[in-house]
Amino acid sequence: MEPRVTIRVQAEPFDAAAESALIAEGRFDIGAIVTFSGLCRSEGGNLAALELEHYPGMAEEEIGRVAAEALGRWPLQGVTVIHRFGKVSPGDGIVLVVTASAHRAAAFEAASFLMDFLKTRAPFWKKEHATDGTTGGWVDAREADDAATERWIRV
Amino acid sequence: MTEVKLVYFAWVRERVGVPEERVTLPETVHTVRDVAAWLAGRGEHYAAAFENSEIVRAAIDCRHVKPETPIAGASEIAFFPPMTGG
Repeated sequence: MEPRVTIRVQAEPFDAAAESALIAEGRFDIGAIVTFSGLCRSEGGNLAALELEHYPGMAEEEIGRVAAEALGRWPLQGVTVIHRFGKVSPGDGIVLVVTASAHRAAAFEAASFLMDFLKTRAPFWKKEHATDGTTGGWVDAREADDAATERWIRV
Repeated sequence: MTEVKLVYFAWVRERVGVPEERVTLPETVHTVRDVAAWLAGRGEHYAAAFENSEIVRAAIDCRHVKPETPIAGASEIAFFPPMTGG
C-alpha cells in the first residue's frame, strides 16, 4: 500500500489521538506509530498566548518537501503533519507529527527528523503575548534548533 | 527592469510597514542580496528591516534561497526572519 500522507496548516486545534488512529485505519502493515505533539508553554505563567504567523502556500509546500525527504529516507507507511497558525494558548497544541512504519526505529527517527526540519525550514514565526498585556515580541530562532537540523545533514 | 511582488513576514513585515508590494527592480539588481541592498536604500523603514541583512532569509516563489541566488524569472520574492515554528 502507498504511504498515507496528510499535511495541513490550520487555525483549528488538532486531535492527536484521532490523527494517530486515522493513519493506521484499514491497514495491517504498520507495527509502530510515533505521535509527537508540540504544545504552547506558559513560561512560568508569564505567557498569555503565542501568535503564529505563516507564509500561506509556502508553509504547506515546504512541509510537503520535508515529508517527501522523510519518505525517501525511511520505509514509512504514513506521515501526518499538522501545523497551526493564529493565536494559541498555553496547553494548546501547535504542531502534530505522526509517523507510521513496520518497525519502531524508522518511526522514531522520521518523527525526530520531521520536527527538526520543520523548526528550521517551515515558514512560521512566533510572537509572544504576555499575561500583563504587553507584547513580548518575536521569538528568536535557537542555535540548538539549527544544530539539530545539521546533524541529519551529516548522516 | 523587472517587476516582482515582494512579501514580508514577522518583524521584517512590521519594520517595512506593509505585508506586500509590487516593485520594479533596476537592471543592476541580479541576486537576492542585491534586492535586499536595494530595499535597504528605500528609506528608514526598509533600512531598519534590512540593517542586519545576513539574518534576513529569503524565498523565491515559495522556495528557500540563498543570498547569492539569481532572481531571474522570479514572480514573488519573500523576506523574513529565521523561522521559529514547530
